[in-house]
Amino acid sequence: MSTDAIIQPVLTAGADEGHVEPDARRGRAPMTRGERARLVLGHVLVYLAAALFMLPLIYAFFSALKPNADIFSMPPSLFGSEVRWSNFAEVFAFGPFWTYIGNSLFTSVAGTLVVLVVSTTAGYAFGRLRWKGRDAVFVLFLATLMVPAEVLVIPMFQVMQWFGWVDTYQALIFPFAFTAFGTFLMRQFFRGIPYELEEAARVDGAGPLRCFLQIILPLSTSAVAVLAVFTFLSFWNSYLWPLIVTVDYNAHGTLPVGLASFSGLTGTRWDLQMAASIISMIPTTILVIALQKHLVKGIAMAGLGGR
Amino acid sequence: MTTTTATRRRRGSFAKVEARQALGFASPALVGLALFTIVPVVLSVVMSFFDWPTFGDRSFNGGANYLRLFEDPNFLPALRNTMVFTVLYVPVSIALSLALALGLGPRIRGRGILRVLFFIPVVTPMVANVLVWKMLLQPQGLFNGLSQTWFGVELPNFLADRQWAMIMVVVMSVWQGLGYNMLIFSAALEQLPESVVEAARIDGARGLRMIWSVMIPMISPAIFFATIMTMITSLQVFVQPQMLTGGGPGNATMPLVMWIYNQGFKFQDLGLAAAGAWILFALIIIITALQFGAQKKWVHYEH
Repeated sequence: MSTDAIIQPVLTAGADEGHVEPDARRGRAPMTRGERARLVLGHVLVYLAAALFMLPLIYAFFSALKPNADIFSMPPSLFGSEVRWSNFAEVFAFGPFWTYIGNSLFTSVAGTLVVLVVSTTAGYAFGRLRWKGRDAVFVLFLATLMVPAEVLVIPMFQVMQWFGWVDTYQALIFPFAFTAFGTFLMRQFFRGIPYELEEAARVDGAGPLRCFLQIILPLSTSAVAVLAVFTFLSFWNSYLWPLIVTVDYNAHGTLPVGLASFSGLTGTRWDLQMAASIISMIPTTILVIALQKHLVKGIAMAGLGGR
Repeated sequence: MTTTTATRRRRGSFAKVEARQALGFASPALVGLALFTIVPVVLSVVMSFFDWPTFGDRSFNGGANYLRLFEDPNFLPALRNTMVFTVLYVPVSIALSLALALGLGPRIRGRGILRVLFFIPVVTPMVANVLVWKMLLQPQGLFNGLSQTWFGVELPNFLADRQWAMIMVVVMSVWQGLGYNMLIFSAALEQLPESVVEAARIDGARGLRMIWSVMIPMISPAIFFATIMTMITSLQVFVQPQMLTGGGPGNATMPLVMWIYNQGFKFQDLGLAAAGAWILFALIIIITALQFGAQKKWVHYEH
């Protein structure tokens, strides 16, 4: 079964740059009274759903500002006996959260850079250059996408022991930076670029490296950006592998691993756990708010990655 | 005639250069994939046939690990829990995110910011999401607190009851993953050709009928894709039960991945853990293959 068959519809959905969203008002017959009523009802339902959906996060935020004794007050209320912003400061005093944040930032950025270099170069080789055995090797590449991380982590831990990489930054950055997904995404995108552009440069004597750096990459910034964001998020949120390969959380713990250990250490200090949770949610939340305009297109392009 | 041969000859030397440079371009990926995927996969097969403690002597033990799986008191329950989780989670998640994508139509004001709201738990660390729900689900937490205050009804102690614990792991997971599939479906819906929707409207298709007979069949490839991906990730569920219930009460919410993790990194039995991981892989392959087999019945491709 060709993977393109399922992936193509999703990919092309995002590739269509010229698509114009159907306008809400223009070019349509005026709404009947029934339609207008239904539209109002639709708004009510959707906003109600959004409010319900956000309730856990809103309540968590307000809980982070309560004294611990007021977390489980009956009846529940948003505010405790006082508003304690100092809970956030106490989190940083209690655990090395700056280290966790720094470690997450460093390994995520480094991992993303590795993924970008590896995926764009390999995507170019598979998508634009002709060589013997290319398609067979590419199929092998795709086949590795099926192997779940759980199958890999156990032998990977053994490999890390052999390398002497247990409890190091390398172990957090490299092992999962070579998955075939990025290469696949880049290959698909590169193939959509008209060949004439590259041919013209080649006639002028440009080699593959110059074509890649000066023609293909500049035309692919949107796809590279999508890959960068999704890779960063998956590094930032990854949990199972860092949990396995990190021994000294205070030195190499990333944010998810650090937060989990923090919650074990603080036990019933729900005020601190909520403050720590909110702190760890802030960076990626800002990221999606900043990227909100590109969210739908990005997910259409990178649909099968991430998580 | 001569020009074609000349072109061909030029093409020939060019092709050689190209092949050499292609190898250069592909080599970082090839080396990385060999080192961090091919080697571990092969090693995993080998390990699953060995008595392979984290430290200490290793010895070949035939297929004994695979037999030991089924003697382990927690393995089959873990397999069952993973299946139960998947059966509950996938349909609810797909249905709700589809409803949400349809509800957030082009006429809804502020749909951009609403989409971001629903997407936030997808990108925030899962551990943080779970901690929030753990607080809400405590016997004195928000849910029971509101229920008692408003209705005078005391809710069960969710995380201490075998059935409720699993249901809450599912509910929490649905909340967390909803925004992802919603965006997949939103992207598909935005690509629907306006002409087809308009034609259906002229033919009298409205409201639910429009959704059920026109829109859903037209985005069925996206639904198929989302179902496959959601199913694969739900068979790999780990963090939610790990942080919310620790697999308990008893082993009521311990999924396969937690079992594998425990064998490998709590009990240091890497061989047995590797064997368990291969069972998980087999499960994923079988269920994905069944999905592909069933797709002819309900997925419509336009081209």
